[in-house]
Amino acid sequence: MTTTAHPPRTTLEVGGLGHSVRRKEDDRFIQGAGNYLDDIVLPGMLHMAIVRSPIAHGRIVSIDASAAQALDGVVAVVTGEALAAHNLAWMPTLSGDTQAVLATDKVRYQGQEVAAVIATDPYVARDAAVLVDVEYEDLPAITNPQQALEEGAVLIRDEKEGQTDNVAYEWETGHADTTDRAFADADLVVSLETHYPRSHPSPLETCGAVADVNPATGEATIYMTSQAPHAHRTLFAIVAGLPEEKIRIISPDIGGGFGNKVPIYPGYVVATAASLLIGKPVKWIETRSENLISTGFARDYHMKGELALTKDGRITAMRAEILSDQGAFYADAQPTKFRAGLFHICTGSYDIPTAHVKAKGAFTNKAPGGVAYRCSFRVTEASYLVERLAEDAAWKLGMDPAEFRRKNFIGKDQFPYHSPTGFVYDSGDYHAAMDEALGLSSYSDWRQKQAAGPTSDGKLIGIGLASFTEVVGAGNSKEYDIAGLKMFDSAELRIHPTGKAILKLGVKSQGQGHETTFAQIVAEELGIPFDHIKVVEGDTDNTPYGLGTYASRSTPVGGAATAVVSRNIREKARKIAAHLLEASEDDLEWEPGKFTVRGTDQGVTIQDIAFAAYTNHPDGMEAGLEGVHYYDPPNMTYPFGTYVVVVEVDPADGTWKVVEMTAVDDCGVRINPMIVEGQITGGLTEGFAMANMQWITFDDQGNCIGSNFLDYLIPTAYETPKFRLGETVTPSPHHPLGAKGVGESATVGSPAAYVNAVLDALRHSGHEITNLDMPLLPHRVWGAINGIQVAP
Amino acid sequence: MYPASFQYSAPTTVDETVALLAEIGDDGRVLAGGQSLLPMMKLRLAAPAHLVDINGVGGLGDITVNGGLQIGALVRHADIVGNDTVASASPLIAATAPWVADPLVRNRGTVCGSIAHCDPEGDWNSVMLALGAEVLVQGPDGERTISIDDFVVDFFTNSLQPGEMVTGVRVPRADARTGGAYLKLERKIGDYATVGVAVHLRTGDDGKITEAGIGLTSVGHKNLKAADAESMLVGNAPSDELFNEAAASAAATADPVSDVRGPAEYKRAVVQAYARRGLAECMNQIQEA
Amino acid sequence: MKITVTINGADRTAEVEPRTLLVDFIRTNLGMTGTHIGCDTTSCGACTVIMDGKPVKSCTILAVQADGHELRTVEGLKHNGALHPIQLAFKEHHGLQCGFCTPGMMLVGASLIDRNPDVTEEEIRWGISGNICRCTGYQNIVKSIQAAGATLKEAAKETSA
Repeated sequence: MTTTAHPPRTTLEVGGLGHSVRRKEDDRFIQGAGNYLDDIVLPGMLHMAIVRSPIAHGRIVSIDASAAQALDGVVAVVTGEALAAHNLAWMPTLSGDTQAVLATDKVRYQGQEVAAVIATDPYVARDAAVLVDVEYEDLPAITNPQQALEEGAVLIRDEKEGQTDNVAYEWETGHADTTDRAFADADLVVSLETHYPRSHPSPLETCGAVADVNPATGEATIYMTSQAPHAHRTLFAIVAGLPEEKIRIISPDIGGGFGNKVPIYPGYVVATAASLLIGKPVKWIETRSENLISTGFARDYHMKGELALTKDGRITAMRAEILSDQGAFYADAQPTKFRAGLFHICTGSYDIPTAHVKAKGAFTNKAPGGVAYRCSFRVTEASYLVERLAEDAAWKLGMDPAEFRRKNFIGKDQFPYHSPTGFVYDSGDYHAAMDEALGLSSYSDWRQKQAAGPTSDGKLIGIGLASFTEVVGAGNSKEYDIAGLKMFDSAELRIHPTGKAILKLGVKSQGQGHETTFAQIVAEELGIPFDHIKVVEGDTDNTPYGLGTYASRSTPVGGAATAVVSRNIREKARKIAAHLLEASEDDLEWEPGKFTVRGTDQGVTIQDIAFAAYTNHPDGMEAGLEGVHYYDPPNMTYPFGTYVVVVEVDPADGTWKVVEMTAVDDCGVRINPMIVEGQITGGLTEGFAMANMQWITFDDQGNCIGSNFLDYLIPTAYETPKFRLGETVTPSPHHPLGAKGVGESATVGSPAAYVNAVLDALRHSGHEITNLDMPLLPHRVWGAINGIQVAP
Repeated sequence: MYPASFQYSAPTTVDETVALLAEIGDDGRVLAGGQSLLPMMKLRLAAPAHLVDINGVGGLGDITVNGGLQIGALVRHADIVGNDTVASASPLIAATAPWVADPLVRNRGTVCGSIAHCDPEGDWNSVMLALGAEVLVQGPDGERTISIDDFVVDFFTNSLQPGEMVTGVRVPRADARTGGAYLKLERKIGDYATVGVAVHLRTGDDGKITEAGIGLTSVGHKNLKAADAESMLVGNAPSDELFNEAAASAAATADPVSDVRGPAEYKRAVVQAYARRGLAECMNQIQEA
Repeated sequence: MKITVTINGADRTAEVEPRTLLVDFIRTNLGMTGTHIGCDTTSCGACTVIMDGKPVKSCTILAVQADGHELRTVEGLKHNGALHPIQLAFKEHHGLQCGFCTPGMMLVGASLIDRNPDVTEEEIRWGISGNICRCTGYQNIVKSIQAAGATLKEAAKETSA
C-alpha cells in the first residue's frame, strides 16, 4: 500500500531506517582528509602519461620514441608492440568484444591510447609524451552510425575475425506479430524520431590507478578508481594472466562515479604492465580532457518510437527501433543477455498489451562506451522515448498530458505487473505519485497562467511532465550476468565483543553514503547504534565478493544482503540470549537491541549477547557473532515517480529557465531520507544538464567537440534550478527492507520533463514543433520559434 | 595539463619591466592575472620562453578618477565589481564586470590584461570600443596613449610595439545623463559569450543623444564597434523607431561565424535584440537619474 | 627557484620550477592533498584556495607567484582543533556526497559569509558559480552556506553581548 510517511522503528540514537542521520564519512571529507586516487603516494612511485591519437581513424606507420626516451627523468616508453609481446595489446570488453590497450595497427578514435611514457615526475612525463613522434596514414572517419552502415563504408574493425561490416550487434525483443497487428488496427499512430545525444558522466575526479607490483613477491596491489573492484580483479587476472590471489585491488575514496568508473581502461592495464616490467609503483591519473575524449561516454542512441492509440487515447501497442553509436569497440558495461541494456522497459508506466523492440549497434570512429551516467542500463533512453511520445500523443489527441498518462497508467491493483517485454514490475501506485506531483506543483494554476498568454516581459510559459518507471537492482542470476559473473552481492558482518561491529560489502560507494546507510540497515535489524558500525568497501582482500555499485543496485542487492546477514546474526543472537536468560527461544521477544522473556522484565541487550558470544557461548555452538551472505535478488525493483517542470522561454534569444521543478519519487522504503533527497537532487541536475547544455559532438573529420570543460558544459549553481521534492512510499514486496534503489531515478525521469516543458511552451504559443533534440541550446529553440532550420 | 618550461622574471618597476621586455623580445610575454595566458600554456597552445610577472610592480593597482576614469594594469575584474567609484564614473564598466568569467577568475584576472589579449570573445574590448577608451602604454621610447580603435588590431593581436607594456586604460567620466548596459548571452557562467553587446548612451540638456557607443563581442575576428549604429543615434532624440533602426544596424555590422553556439543568422538576431534592450536599459538609467 | 609561502598560518619553503602550478606545489611539495584537481581548463574550481584573503583557482597560478603571499587551504579551516562553522554546516545539511568539490565550496562559502553572514540564496549561487559539483545539484550546498552564515551571526552576537 502507498503511504507518504514511514515512521522509524528505532530511536534516533540507534539510527535505523527512516532516520536522516548525518553521514559518518563526512568527517574526513570536510577536513580535506579524503583519500582519493591522486592523493596516494608510494615510495619510488613513477608517473605515467599517455600519448593519444590526434586523428579519428588512421593506420599507424611508425612510432619514434627516441626523443622522449632521451629526456632526463624518463624511465620507459611503452608501445602496443611491447604489450603485444606479452599478449596485452588487446583486452576483452564487458560486452564480449575486444579493445585495444595500446594501438598497434590502427587508431580508431581521436584520443585513443597509442603509447605511454613513464617518468619520475608528471611534468616530465607530459614533456616526453609530447615528444613521442607518431606517423599516421589518414583513413576516412565515420562519425555517426548511419554512415557506418552505408554501402561501401570503411571497415573500422578490420582486425576482428569474421567482421565484414560496422555492425556491433543486433538484438530484438517483444512480439512483432501482435504489435504489428495492433498498429494496423490503430485509430492513431504517434511516432517520434529522436537522438539522445552523447553525454559523459564526467565525475569531478578523473579516472586513475596506482599499480604497485612487488618485484620480490609478484603481488600486485592496484589502487584504482573502480566502482566494481572484485569484478575488476577477476578480469585483471584473466586479461593479464596474473594469478588472482596475487592481485589486490583497492578502490579508495572515489570522487564521483556515475558509471564512468565501471569499465577497465587501457591506462589501468598499461600502468600495471609498466609496474610489472619496471619493478616500481606507477601512477596514472588522467586529465579532464583525456577523461572526456576517451573514457566511457553515455547515451548516443538514435531512436524511433511509435505508439498505437485508440481515438480516446488508450495506448494499444508500442514499437521502438534503436540505432546505437557504440564507438570503436563494443564496450558497454551491461548484463550479457541484454545487448540494448534494459531499454525494453520502454513501455514505462503504461499498461500496454504488446510491444516490439529492435536494436542495432554500429561501430564508429569515436571512443567506446554507451552505458553510463546514471542510465540504469539504458533505462534513461527508454524512459525518455516513452515520455516524449506520451506528451506528443496527448498533444495530438487534444488531451491534457496528465490525463493522458492517468488513462494509460498501470493500476495499483495490477501488480506484480507483467510487461509485454518480460519485466515483472514489483509494486507501484502511479496515480498517487501523479496526484501528489500535480498538487505540489499547483499544476492547474500553471495551466491557467499559461492560457493567459506570455508573461509581462514576453516569456512563453511551458509545463512538461514525465512519469517514469525504471528498473534497478541487477539482478537475478537466472537472467543477469556481467562478463559471466552473476549479479549477486554480498555482506559480511562481525559483531565485536564490546557490541560494536564491522560490516564489509561487495558494493562500492562513490559518494552515495554507504558508510552511513548500510550501517543504518544493521542498526535497524540489530539495534546497534549506526555510529558503532564500521563499514568497509573497496578492498578485494578485505571484503566479500560483489559486483559493485552502478545501475542503482547497492540498496536492492547489497542492502538486501546486509539485511539478511543481520537477520541471520539475530537468529544466532536469539540462541545466545536464550542461553543467557535460561529461557526457551520461543519465549523470547525482540525489540531493536534487546531480547526479553515474554511477560517479564528479564532481558539481554545485543551488547550483552555480543560479549557472551566470545566469553560465554552455549555448549555445542561456535563462538563469535558473525556471518556472510550472498544475496541473489528474486527480481528487480521498480522505482517510479512523476516530475513537473515549468519553464519560461525567451523568444528573442531562445534561452529558457526553469521557473519551478517538482519531483515526486517513490523508491519504496527510504533508509535515510536526507541521503535519498540528495541523490534525487543530484540526478535532477544531471537531467537538467543534458536537457540544457551538456553535449559531446564530432565534426565530420571525427574531431571531438566536447573534450574539455570549455566545450562540455556542466551547469553551475547559477543555472541549476531549485527543486521541490515530494514522495510516496510503495514498498517493494520482495526486498527484505521494502527498499528499491533511487540513485538514478532522477536522471532517468527528468530529461523528458524538461524537454516536454520547452516544447509545451512553443506549442502553446502556436509553433508547430515535431521534435527538438537535447540539448535544447538557445539557438535550437530560437530556430524552432522562427521556423528556421538550424544545424545542431 | 602542465606548461612547457620557461624562464621567469618578477620585476618591481615599470622601467625594469620595459627593459626586460625589450631585452627578451618576441619570446617573452607579460604575466598579470594569468587567467587567459596560463590556461593556454597548460594546453600547450602557447609556449613563451620567458614570462615577465608584473604582479609585483608598484603603482599599477589603482582606480582613479581624474577627468576620466583610469584603471591601472593590475586592477582585477573583482576590484570593479561593486565598486562605488566605478559605478558613478562609468555605469557601463560597472555593469560589465560581474559578467566576466566567474567569481574566482575575477579575483585574479585583470581588466588591462583582457584588453591586451584581444580575444574577440573577451568582454572588455567591446566595452572599451563603446566608450572610446585610451590605452596607456609605456615602452623603450617612453609613454604613449593608443586609442582603443587602433589598439585592437585583430584576432589576439594588439598594436603594442616590441618592449611595450600596457600600464592602464582610461575612459571619459560619466555624468548624470549617462547610461551603460552589457548584455551577454552565455550558455553558462564561465563560458565565453555567444554574443555580447555593450551599450553606452549619453544625452544632453535637451534630451538628445550626445554620445553613443555600441561594442560587439564574439561576432567578428575582433571586438567590433557598431559605428553606423552609433552615428545613427548621435544628435537625435531617443525613440523606439530610432532604437529599432540602430539595433538593426548593429546587427548588420556583426560578422559572426556559424559554429556550435549557433548559426550566424541567429547571432545577428541576438545582437539586434540585445542592442535594442541595451538602448532601452540605458534610457531607463538616464531617466531615473 | 626557492619560494616561501605562509600557508594556514605557517611558513613553508620549497624548491620549485617556474612552471610548477600552485596546486601541485600544495599537493606534492607540501603534501597537502585536500586541494583537488578536477579539470585542465580553469573551469571547475576543485583547486580553490584562499590567497591573500580571496578565493582563487590554484591551478591557474604559478607557485612562484605565491612566494611571500598568504594561503589558506581546507586544512586550515579548523581553528584550535575546532571545526569551522562552514565545515559543521556542510555535514549538518548534507552539503557533500563524494566530497571532491567540497574543499573548494567550503572555502568560497567561508569567504562569502565572512563578508556578509546574511548572504542570500541568489548571492550564494552567484558566488559559487566558479565551482562545479556533479553530485549534489547544489541545493544543499546553498543551504549549508546559509546555515553557516547564520551560525557566524549568532556567534558574533554572543561575543558582542
